[in-house]
Order: sequence, then structure tokens, then C-alpha cells
Amino acid sequence: MQQNPTPPRLTLRGITKQYPGCLANDDVHLDIAPAEIHALLGENGAGKSTLMKVIYGLVKPDKGEVLWDGLPIEVKDPAHARKMGIGMVFQHFSLFETLTVTENIALALGDDAGELEPLAIKIRTVSEKYGMAINPDREIHTLSVGERQRVEIVRCLVQNIKLLILDEPTSVLTPQEVDTLFITLRKLASEGCSILFISHKLNEVKALCHKATVLRAGRVSGECIPAEEDTTSMAKLMVGDDTPVSTTYPKRLGTSPLLSINDLTLHSPDPFGVHLKNINLTVNAGEIVGIAGVAGNGQEELLASLSGEHLCPVANTICFADTQVGSLPPDQRRQWGLGFVPEERLGRGAVPEMSLTENALLTGFLTGLVNNGMVAWKKAEAFADEIIDRYKVKAAGRHAQADSLSGGNLQKFIIGREIMQNPKILIAAHPTWGVDIGAATAIHKALITLRDQGAAILVVSEDIDELFLISDRIGAICDGALSPIKPTPESSIQELGRMMAGDFEQPANERSAAL
Amino acid sequence: MDIDLITNILYAMIRTGTPLLIVALGELVCEKSGVLNLGQEGMMLMGAVVGFIVTLLSGSLLLGFILAMVAGVLMSLIFGLITMELSANQVATGLALTIFGTGLSAFVGSEFVGKPIEGLDPVFIPVLTDLPIIGRMLFGQDLVVYLSFILFGAVYWFINYSRPGLILKAVGENPHAANAIGLPVFKTRYLAIIFGGAMAGLAGGYLSLAYTPLWAENMTAGRGWIALALVVFASWKAERVLLGAWLFGLASILHLVFQGLGFSVSPNLLAMLPYLATVVVLVILSSNQTRSRLVAPMSLGNPFHARG
Repeated sequence: MQQNPTPPRLTLRGITKQYPGCLANDDVHLDIAPAEIHALLGENGAGKSTLMKVIYGLVKPDKGEVLWDGLPIEVKDPAHARKMGIGMVFQHFSLFETLTVTENIALALGDDAGELEPLAIKIRTVSEKYGMAINPDREIHTLSVGERQRVEIVRCLVQNIKLLILDEPTSVLTPQEVDTLFITLRKLASEGCSILFISHKLNEVKALCHKATVLRAGRVSGECIPAEEDTTSMAKLMVGDDTPVSTTYPKRLGTSPLLSINDLTLHSPDPFGVHLKNINLTVNAGEIVGIAGVAGNGQEELLASLSGEHLCPVANTICFADTQVGSLPPDQRRQWGLGFVPEERLGRGAVPEMSLTENALLTGFLTGLVNNGMVAWKKAEAFADEIIDRYKVKAAGRHAQADSLSGGNLQKFIIGREIMQNPKILIAAHPTWGVDIGAATAIHKALITLRDQGAAILVVSEDIDELFLISDRIGAICDGALSPIKPTPESSIQELGRMMAGDFEQPANERSAAL
Repeated sequence: MDIDLITNILYAMIRTGTPLLIVALGELVCEKSGVLNLGQEGMMLMGAVVGFIVTLLSGSLLLGFILAMVAGVLMSLIFGLITMELSANQVATGLALTIFGTGLSAFVGSEFVGKPIEGLDPVFIPVLTDLPIIGRMLFGQDLVVYLSFILFGAVYWFINYSRPGLILKAVGENPHAANAIGLPVFKTRYLAIIFGGAMAGLAGGYLSLAYTPLWAENMTAGRGWIALALVVFASWKAERVLLGAWLFGLASILHLVFQGLGFSVSPNLLAMLPYLATVVVLVILSSNQTRSRLVAPMSLGNPFHARG
């Protein structure tokens, strides 16, 4: 590599960034050659986000140098980065929902955007050229998550782009969509564009990337060529030697039905919502059922009807064992023994402005933390401390506000809070979303333990690897309809991918079929 | 009802609606950027008193109007500094600004109460002014009314067709995303706040220099609040602000109309109409989740902290 006469597209030398109480980047070096797809691997809080914000001019490093095509440069702000040819696709999309695709892209292009009509034509051409067609006249709020990501990518492609940064781009896509994205990225790289692919999914990095730089606790812990490594060795670089990285869990068959959904059809009040269509599902005591699906296919609505946020018109559409709970509000379902981990952490899972103790109390009040209407603060604090301790939640303490925690740490806290109440039924949406490998393993183990104690667990997730790892039975939801649920060993990623795309016959109600 | 009465009602409707239109256009732009400034009333009062004093002392209406706008801008800058630099709560700051403006204008203007000035005269346009019914309404007004037509056109075009207008909407919807793609969030919000201040000052000046050419304590009589309601009533659309301002103008002269027709209805009851209309619109808007989600600027009232 040293004989390479052309300088790297981008070089970082000794980048250091200190935040109050946290050294986000510590002497980080990175080289990305032209036409190279470079992976930046690391767990949550390893410093990936800070590093890419440095590259994109959103954060000024305390120390260190950035070289662009071999020349030192200071990236002043995102507009400057864009002028240099750096494009960025954020994990949380920076799109404006009430504006059209063209307007969104025009905004990002700055003064170079020109008139909207020629731009719309250009968007159409570019998006088709790279195999991800989008209609430039649609308003963003009408698009699916996958389509929004395309808008973000096309937004970078209509400019003269030399370096494309993607932050965890596959977390919102179906396996098929991931394949399409990879084809696009490879084509882009073959035309000379460098790509920085930020991820913690080792299989994807192995499949796509030419080189990888691994960050751990703000420092570069290693560099490798992913194709020549196996995923375990890369995982070791990410998490260090002391954390076990790959495990399999024994599959179980449950005993008797604990959660059953019977012919659940629910009309969503939101015109952009998904209507649930005749859903039938049984989760037995002592098993984990996993439901895959691309975001926005009815997961939210299904979860809302199970938690009690949306009540069902007919009480027996949802039963906990023999109790009909379809028309019971959330607190009564919890009293029965329901634990619930919602998709939205801030707002549904936790109150952002409240402390961890108060948030622990919010669903933990049934476990003796409230006596005759009075809060037992000592117990509540002890409960919060125990969650923080057992699930290794990184926080300033039990007094920390929920919104001061990083997403992954708050997720650990919420999951911990629910599991530690020993629910009979646990419904968890995206249980390890944004959580690092070490903590994800801990959450998985806790779920398995809970299952082995006889709880019925329903996991709704977009992470297929996770579903195959922990589910005893697996299925998918698409456009408000639920696929048949199969024992995990009899299913495959390909089959599940087809189901996520809606390729299945919806099963009839087991009870009514039996009659 | 005879033609003359209708002509006069329409004329008075526009005249009464003009200060509402001007201040509401300013607030519309301000809210589009995600900033809720409840200080309209205070800024208007400061505009009114400064405009009046300047004109009284200098004899120049033009200078009066200009300094009325300057006064509005200075007031809005106080709001801007507190909410933008210090990230204070916009609602509390806006309320404080109104209270401050009410008190300060009364203090500054105490010696000028009841003094007479020569107000702004209407400017007639040949032929057009003589058109039946709408002639007087649209073309028999003073220059500030004509200016308000132009301002409406400019704001309408700006919001719907210009690139800076697109940036304004983007910042108001999601300032963090706007910042991430390199749009100037602070600058946009400041400019929107300043525009709002200038418009409030102008509207205040209109009251004390043209509408009723004199200064009286608290002479805006709640028009700043009506303008705030008006922006909601208009569901943040410029064309509906225009319509609403004139409708609210009509509502506030209705008691005169009824008098003319021989009814007697308490003017206090009629004065409620704009607010009642706003509540009705709010109920209609919020009865539909999607509409209420998409219609208001999404970050309205949320301070923006640059991260990093």
C-alpha cells in the first residue's frame, strides 16, 4: 500500500476530541483511498459518531489533522464538507417531512441547486442509474423508511461526490434491500468514489468492505481486511478479549398458550398508519416468538393493541391465558403480568425529563414500590440502582434524566426495568436496537432466562440475525398481515426475507379452525 | 342595506384589518422558523408610541413609521437574544416582552397622551377608486394599506416560491436536520424574529399615526393577541392570513354595522368572535391527527441548541 503513488482521499492524523467526562476520540488515525469501501467498526460509544462528525465539519477536534487528497484542510462546517465532495447519510435522517423529495435535496445542495424542475429530472436520472428509483415529487412523510434512505443517498449522489459516509445504513432495511444497497455502493466505488461505511454488523462489513478500522473506547483498536478475517476476530477487536461474542441458545418449545391474538383487525386512525388485517398468533409459556418486518408495516399498531394503547372493540381478540384483555387499559394488563418494551424509548419507554428512579417507578410501581398511594423512594432508588448495576447502564447515576442517556444505555435501562419485574408475558420491540454487542448479549441472556422461567415472550425486531438467534418460532409482518409462524430451525433468512416482502398465505385462526 | 353602507363597511373592514394583517404576516414568518413570539402586543405598543412621538416632534410621518419599525426590531432583538443565545423558554420570554412593552410604552408616552397630530391621508387612485363597492375598499385607502397588500404578496411569494423561504420552512420543521445539512439555523431564526418585530412596529405605528392618529395607553387593545390567534386560524398559510385579517377586521366593526342596521348587540360579545373563530379552527385542526401534525411548523416553540 505504501507504494501507492496517489495520496489517500482522506487521512485523519491524531484526531482527539474531549467531551466533558468522556474522551470521545483519542489519537485516531484513518486512511481512505479513492474507490475504497472502508468500514468503521465499533460499539456504541466507541467514538464512531464523533469521528464522522469531525470529518463532516459538525465537530471541531481538539487535536489532530485532516488531509484531503494529501493536503491539510480544516473542514469548517457541513456546507464546506459538501463543497469538497463529502456526502453523509445519517442514521436518523435529516429530512423535512412536509417538503418534497426535490425540495429536500435542493435545500441540501445550497446555492448550487438551481431551479427545482431541472433538479427533479436530475434526481430521477441519478436515482434510476444507481438502481434506487424515487419519485422526486413525493412529500417525505408519504415515503417508507427505506425510500427515505434512498432520498438521503441520492441527495449525495446528485452532487459531485468523492467520499460518501453512511452511518449504520442497513439497520432499517430488509435483507433484499440491503443487497440492492450494496450493489449501488459497489457501483459507486467502482466509479472512484470512496465510501466510509459505519456499522457494527460484521457480516455486512465482511461482504462489502475492502478495509476496516476498528474503534474501541475512542481509540483505534485494530485495522484489518475484512475478507481475510472471520467475524469472531473482528468482534474481539471491537469488544476486547474479555467479552464473549458469539453464543447460541438452545431452542425450546413452549407449553400452554399464554398470549393469544384472535382475528385481530384494527383500523388505524392515522391515515399514514397501517391497518391490522385479521391477525392470529399464539405465544406459549416458555417460548420466544420473533416477528420480523420492515418498519412501518403494522408493528407499531400491533404493539399498541397489545400494550393497551389502542383498545380492541372485542375483548376476546387478545387473551392473556384465559383472561380476555382486548378492552382493558395498559395498567390493568400490567397488573395481570404484562411487561412491555416499546419501540420509542423517549416518550413511550421513558419520560425524557424524569430521573431514572422516577422512570423505574413508572412501570415498577406494582412491585411494592408504592404503599397505600405513597411512594417508597428508598425502594424505588434501590430498584433503579439494581437495574443500572445489572444491565451496566452508563449513566451519571439514578438521578440522571432519561434523555441524558445515550440511546443504547436507555434501552438497557428500559429492558432491565421490564425484565426485573418478572413479567408473565413480555412484549419487546427492538430489544437491542442501538445497543453494543456486550450489552446485547446480556439482554439476550436475560430474555432466555425469563423464557426458561416460563414467560411467554414476543419480540418484534428489524434485526433478523437477532431474531434467528433468540426466537424459538419466527414469522414476519407485512402491510398489517402476519405470516405463518414457523419453528426457527425450519426457517431460513431467505424465506423470512420473502415473508417480510409479503410473500405468504395468511393462516386462519387456530381456534376457529379447530372448531 | 344600501350601497353606501356596504361600501363603508368594506372600507372599514380593510382599514381595521390592516394592522392585524401586517403584524400577523410578521408573526407568520417568525413561527415558520419555529419561533413563537408572544410579544407582539408589546412590540406593537412600542412601535405605536415611538412612531407617534417622532412624528409629533419632527412633523414627518415617514420618519415616524421608520422609527416605529426600528422600535419593533429592537424589542424583537431583546426576545431574540434571550431565546436564542440564552435558550430561554419562548413562551415565557414572549409574555414578558408584552408586559415589558406595555409598561415601557405607557411610561415613555405619558406626556404625549391626547396630543393631536396630522394623520396619514388616504391616497386616491384615479378611476379605480370610483369603482362601485370595491373602489373605496381596495383603492381608497392610505399608503400603509397599499403597502400591506404588497407585503402580503411578498410574504406569500417568499414562503411558497423562494429558496430562502424553503430554508425558513426547513428550519422551522427540524432545526437539527437543517443544521446537519449546513443551513444557517441561528441566522434564519434571527432574521425571522427581526422581520416579526419590524412588522409589529409598523402595525403599531399604523394605529397611532393613521388609524386613530393619537397616542393612548394600551391603544393596541389586544390586537397583538388577535394576530397570534390569526396565524393559527390561518393554519400557517399566508393567503388565509390575509383572508382572516380582513374577516377579523369585519368582526371587530360588526357592532357598528349592527348599529347601522338598527340592532343592538353588545360590542363585548362581538369582540369575542375572532377568538371564538380561532378556537373553532383549532378544534377542527386537532380533530385530525395528520392534519394537525403537518400543518404547524413542527419545531414551533422549541429552542435550538447547536451541538458539538
